[in-house]
This record gives sequence, structure tokens and C-alpha cells, in this order.
Amino acid sequence: MIEFKTGGLLTTVQDKGRAGHQRYGVAMAGAMDCFAHSLSNVIVGNDPDEASLEVTALGPTIMFKTANIFAITGAKFPAKLNGIPIENKRAYLAAAGSILEMGTAELGMRAYIAFAGGIEADEIMGSKSTFMKGGIGGIDGRNAKAGDTLRFPAPRTDLPNFRFRQVKEEDFGINYSEHPTLRVLLGPQDDHFSEKGLNTLFSAEYTVTKENDRMGYRLEGPEIEFKEGYSANIISDGIARGAIQVPNGKPIIMMSDRQTTGGYAKIGSVINADLALIAQLKQGDTVRFRPVDIHEAQRLYVERKRMFAELTRHFNEDTIIKKTLSRVNLNGRSFTLTVEEYV
Amino acid sequence: MYDKERYLITSDTSLLVEFGNEISTKINSKIRAFELLLESSPIEGITETVPTYRSVLIHYMPEVIGYDELVKRLKSLMENMKDMEIPKGELIEVPVVYGGIYGPDLEFVAKSHGLTPDEVIKRHTAPEYLIYMLGFTPGFCYMGGMDETIATPRLKTPRVSIPAGSVGIAGSQTGIYPIASPGGWQLIGRTPLVLYDHRREKPVFFEAGQRVKFVSITEDEFRSISEGTEGVK
Repeated sequence: MIEFKTGGLLTTVQDKGRAGHQRYGVAMAGAMDCFAHSLSNVIVGNDPDEASLEVTALGPTIMFKTANIFAITGAKFPAKLNGIPIENKRAYLAAAGSILEMGTAELGMRAYIAFAGGIEADEIMGSKSTFMKGGIGGIDGRNAKAGDTLRFPAPRTDLPNFRFRQVKEEDFGINYSEHPTLRVLLGPQDDHFSEKGLNTLFSAEYTVTKENDRMGYRLEGPEIEFKEGYSANIISDGIARGAIQVPNGKPIIMMSDRQTTGGYAKIGSVINADLALIAQLKQGDTVRFRPVDIHEAQRLYVERKRMFAELTRHFNEDTIIKKTLSRVNLNGRSFTLTVEEYV
Repeated sequence: MYDKERYLITSDTSLLVEFGNEISTKINSKIRAFELLLESSPIEGITETVPTYRSVLIHYMPEVIGYDELVKRLKSLMENMKDMEIPKGELIEVPVVYGGIYGPDLEFVAKSHGLTPDEVIKRHTAPEYLIYMLGFTPGFCYMGGMDETIATPRLKTPRVSIPAGSVGIAGSQTGIYPIASPGGWQLIGRTPLVLYDHRREKPVFFEAGQRVKFVSITEDEFRSISEGTEGVK
């Protein structure tokens, strides 16, 4: 079990989201940075879709009442375990009584803390994701406050290859940036916009406004022109994650807590592989858009799924061997020795 | 309605099947037929569908089925739609206590059309409404079929909180608030039915494609139904 000493700015339980109920008007919610969310889970031996804690900008301080293995991914926080700085993307064992202080984000917005075996939280309509507007999921449908506790259903004090459960590459699988280029699929209402409008979208730089949250990111920049006779208004249809709505010529990227349907024209959508980049943006950061086709987008999507499966297999099944090479001279001849340490 | 449905890309994990560009009962039957077909011959990889006024948003897993293959499968499914008989959507009676504290704007709606409150109730309970879609908030139904003679603009200043179950009019639309929320609809009554409760096995009461008929009830009936539904929670 963990107990929150402080809740932080906005700390919520999230998984991959509440699928299957959008036809009833129930928003999906789910982790904003799905990549970091899945990665944190894989590092601690969980299914990539297991629930984790989404930490925003100003992190919580957490006390471990029970020992468990955890990992932090996503935005760079100056996290400390019992006062000692710890690394991102690495499994740690917290003994009972340990204190994890997240601190304030140094780069990016959202970090994910996954615990081995996951966490117990309100599961509503098949998901633990917190949807605050609807007051459901996670911790009573709200963000964590001091005094809240979350139980571990299956805590671990060891995992296969525990010491090697770490991703060292800074840019592993994703290149976080304060000025990312986001790949966009056109549709479904790209035919509402003039050629000039489409050119604007793909050539201009847009700035993240202060209106950015789990529902969407409102951007400021050159106005995207509609075709003559067309406007932003459409007969309401469904909204996909990553859809770019253009209500007044300015784009809004629809994120996890978006409403299920809406009446504004959508010029395109940011592909799943790049949505994680948006989740780490804050006011004043800038983005550019680049067109991509559906085949390329889906190839990237499938590739990433495979990557997580491969990483899971690597952590769980491979016996990671540490090789040490050294050269010795013996009777005038040179030999190379290999020392293999099995973990 | 289009002669031929359109397949539109909405993201790398979803696509839209669009049947037309207006609100019509014809398009709605087509959408219902399409959903029934998908239900009877499911396509592996589809995770959920979201029917709306004129289209169905299909969410799917590209690792199971790619865009081209899915469109091909949907098109061949569509072939079977021509000679399909579409059953009428289920008719649901919704009890409503009109006026008083339950419908504080009933008098205003009546006056603004030169009608008596009873006449407004008569015209509101007469039609069979069609639920085109749900959206906006869990359990909120977009219904069509209201008598235009009782159409009334929204309040100039929205209310801060409206009780769950409130029945209102906004322009030529009528609807029910599934949960307590702020809003600017003219409130003419309230239903004791609980339209959304996340603790229920079926959290949302209505489905797109169902038909609704409002039935006027007394305050006493409202209370006894309310007590009955308390236990269901």
C-alpha cells in the first residue's frame, strides 16, 4: 500500500482508458502519454495497459506502507527515494516505510509511476482511469490528496533480471521536445478547408496556450482558412483521440478526456505515435505539423506495439549476461578472457 | 442521404462511415441496419462503434486489421444491407411530472406561445421521439421529433445546477439531463428514471435508435417511482 503525504498538482490513476462506452457518451479518459505509461509498466513486469499514477507538473510525495518495485517514466522530475536521487526509466525496490518525493517537473509535464502488480483503484466500466469531470474511476473519481491510500494487489520484492530493468537510452522509442513536429492524417473534414488553409496547417508554427489540459490542447497561430461556403460547424459526429478540431480557425488537439462527439470540423488527427509528445507540452511550447499517410501511421503504431512486446520478453525471459573482456599475456602470447556473469 | 456511403480517416485507430450530411430518420435507419449487421457478423479488430446523426465512428486495432482491409470488409458487409429489414427501435415510455418545482419554466414556455401549460404538456407527450445519438455527457440523448410549436430559445442566463432527470427544451430540441449539471434549457418537467448510474451493470439507460414517449404523471407517482428506483442503484 502507498499513502500520499502530498497529492501534488494533479495526480490521478490512469490506464489505457475506458473503451466500449463512447456510444453512451462516456469519455475514454486514460493516460495522456500512453508511451511513458506503457513503458513504466513494462519495466516493472506489468502488462503495458496496467493502471499507473499520472503525475502532473508538481509531483506528490508518497510513502510506501508495503515494500514494492516501482519505476518512473515520462517527464523529467528530480525524484528522490529516501532522499537519494533516482533515475528515470529504471526499476527500484522501495522498502516498507520508504518515501518517494517527486518534486517539480524539470522537463515535460507528465510522469508515470508504475508499481509491480499494479494498484487497486475504483474500476468503473472496465477501467481504473480517473475521469474527473464524470467523477469516476481511480480514487473516487478525483485526483490524489494527502492521506489517500492505494493498495497493491500483488507487490513484488524481486523480479527476473531486477538489476537490469532499466532503459538507458535518453531517446528510447521517442524524442521528447518542447518544439516537436507532429505527424498528421488528414480527415474526416479536411474538405471543409481551402488549399491555403491546409498549407497554413503544414507550414505554420503553433504555440500551446494556457488552455491545455487532459481534455485538449488549444493552440495559437495563423488562422486556418475554410473553403468558401464552409464553416467550422458540422452535424455532430464522433471524435477520435488526437483529432484536430478547428472551431474558429485555430486548432485544438483533442486528448484523453475529450467529449465523445462534437459539432466542430476536424481537419485531421495527430497519429498515436506522436500523441505522447503533446502530453509533455506546456504553455509557450510550439509545434509544427507534417502530413503522413495512413499506411505509414499504422506501420508506426504496430511497430511500437511490437517493441513493447519485445521489451517485455527481454526483461522477463532473457538471462541478461554481463560480459567483461580483458587481455592477459601468458608465456609471450596474448589471450582474451571473457567473464560471463549470470544473473 | 448519400447514394454511396463514404469512408473517412479519423485517426490511425479509427475511421468514419458516413451515410449523409443531414439529420434524418432515413439515415438513422441505415445506421441502425449497419450496426445490426456488424453485431451479427463481427469483424475482428473492431473495439467499439459510436453511432451519431449521420455516421458511425469505428474504433479498431491496426495490429489486428489495417485500414485497407477493414474498409474492404465493411464494403462487403454493406452489400448485405440492401435487402435487410430493419426492425423499429424499441419504444420506451418515460414518466414525467410536468410543471411546479419539477418544471419551473413550463409557465414561461406556455406563455411565450400563447398556450396553457396543459396544452404544452399535450404537445410534448404526443410524439414518438427518436434517439439519434448519445453524447455530450454520459447518458445524454439527442432526440428528434419535437412539435415545433413549443420550440423555445434557451435561458439567457444558464442555471448553475439542474437536478438529474430534468426534462427541458432548447430551441426545437428536447432532452433529459442524465446527471445534475449546469445548463440553459427551459425546464418543463422531471422524470424519476435514473438515466445514468455508473454503479449499475448497465450504467446508461438509453440506446441510440430507441424511441421515446413521454407520459405525464403526478407528484405522488413521481415519489413512488423514485423510491422504487432508489433500490436499483
